[in-house]
Amino acid sequence: MGSLTEMSRPLDVQNLRKVYGQTVAVDRISFHVNPNEIVGLLGPNGAGKTTTINMVLGVLEATEGTISINGIDVARNRSRALEHTNFAAVYAPLPGNLTVVQNLRVFGLLYDVPNVSQRIDQMIETFDLERFRDTKCGVLSSGEQTRTSLAKALLNEPALLLLDEPTASLDPSAARYIRETIVEYVAKASVGVLWTSHNMYEVTDVCHRVLFLSKGKILLEGDPKKLPEAHGKSSLEELFVTVAREPLALEAPAA
Amino acid sequence: MNPRRAFAIVLRIIYLMRGSFTRIFPLFAWAAIDIILWGFITRYLDTVQSSFNFVSTMLGAVLLWDFFTRAMFGISTSFFEDVWSRNFLNIFATPLRISEYLGGLVLASMMTSIVGLAVMLALATFVFGLWIFSYGILVVIIVLGLFLFGIAFGIFAIGIVLRLGPAAEWFIWPMPAVLAPVAAVFYPVAVLPVWLQPVARVLPASYLFEALRAVVHGQSVPDGSILIGCVLAAVYVVLASYFFRRMYLHAVRTGLVASYSAETVS
Repeated sequence: MGSLTEMSRPLDVQNLRKVYGQTVAVDRISFHVNPNEIVGLLGPNGAGKTTTINMVLGVLEATEGTISINGIDVARNRSRALEHTNFAAVYAPLPGNLTVVQNLRVFGLLYDVPNVSQRIDQMIETFDLERFRDTKCGVLSSGEQTRTSLAKALLNEPALLLLDEPTASLDPSAARYIRETIVEYVAKASVGVLWTSHNMYEVTDVCHRVLFLSKGKILLEGDPKKLPEAHGKSSLEELFVTVAREPLALEAPAA
Repeated sequence: MNPRRAFAIVLRIIYLMRGSFTRIFPLFAWAAIDIILWGFITRYLDTVQSSFNFVSTMLGAVLLWDFFTRAMFGISTSFFEDVWSRNFLNIFATPLRISEYLGGLVLASMMTSIVGLAVMLALATFVFGLWIFSYGILVVIIVLGLFLFGIAFGIFAIGIVLRLGPAAEWFIWPMPAVLAPVAAVFYPVAVLPVWLQPVARVLPASYLFEALRAVVHGQSVPDGSILIGCVLAAVYVVLASYFFRRMYLHAVRTGLVASYSAETVS
């Protein structure tokens, strides 16, 4: 990726820190996401991934540090910054008591999407949701709900897309469909993606760069295809297990 | 303020109402029962005591108090829809501003409380012969003042729930009943013990209901009472909105917005 300035990057995070009482959840991390780049945010449970995503989404206040989305400071201009982002997370399904098209219309208005009806039709087609247009989201299968969440996440053509375990609980076929659709979208649109997943094969497949988080700190960063070898591991999964169990063994940067 | 975002909040409520009899029914059912019950009680009282018009005084008060309650619940129920469907993260991760969210809740409340008011007016008029607006423009202003107070109280209530968690929902439903004895709905403030009267005097409802009784009895309305009631209600809307914003910022600081459920909020 080229040397983009902070102003033109979908996401730029500097010295981000979150403290709950005595607990440091995120400890002065800095990273960025470039346009057309998929960055994997990896780490064991409790490493600080979701806390980081929540801070980027403006639903959790950082204790220290800055977050810029498309050059707009989230703390100072939350509403303007969030116009350029969107997200999908397995733990945040769309309200089950509205239909697919109703949910998309409500969120289309919340993101102030121009020509919202036309955009909804495009998203319904992209994620193969035509059959479920008037079906309440609560009765959709996991895969259908994920596709609906992703349709919502792309409604406003975000510069930054946050995906928190988007394929968790999906069967391999549905997960592959989701991955392919997102990768295809990223290749065409000028969007940067921050992607968390516990599926290291998926991460190797889709991410251009990964950040390993452990105890709130970024322990490793690099190309998921080259990083395992650089640390003497046979696969990203093996590297993940080491990060989770013996993070101290990796704290010295590899030569 | 982006009106499309405020409209999104209203649209969500319209969609929910459109497909759900169980949501539409409570908009008017309990208020209608109140009107029927109090309509018959006051009609009976009118037969045993002819020097006081119970139907217009008491039933008018019941009708307007129920309208205040509808306005308050219009805010809180629309908020609870997001609590019940665990939609906080989705909603508050959008560019939606607090002013737009509250603006949307107010419009939704206006929509739902008008349904309740229409049913109550129809019953009061056609069953008990009370057309409350026949008393003139002052009654319309009193209704608007009570709507504002209902909005203020509703916003204050959802601020409490945002701070204390979904389980605090059960503090909200009885609130109008707790307020009614000191709001001078059915009797003048002077009836209250001296130590309780200052409480009544800080409630816009006490001024508005005293004015209503004067209007219905054909007496002169106490000086400035309607104005004081309406201004006080408008001030409370501002204060309640500030309170809600503070509660929201607290929730953002502590992470409650991101993980809002009965299990995570102490």
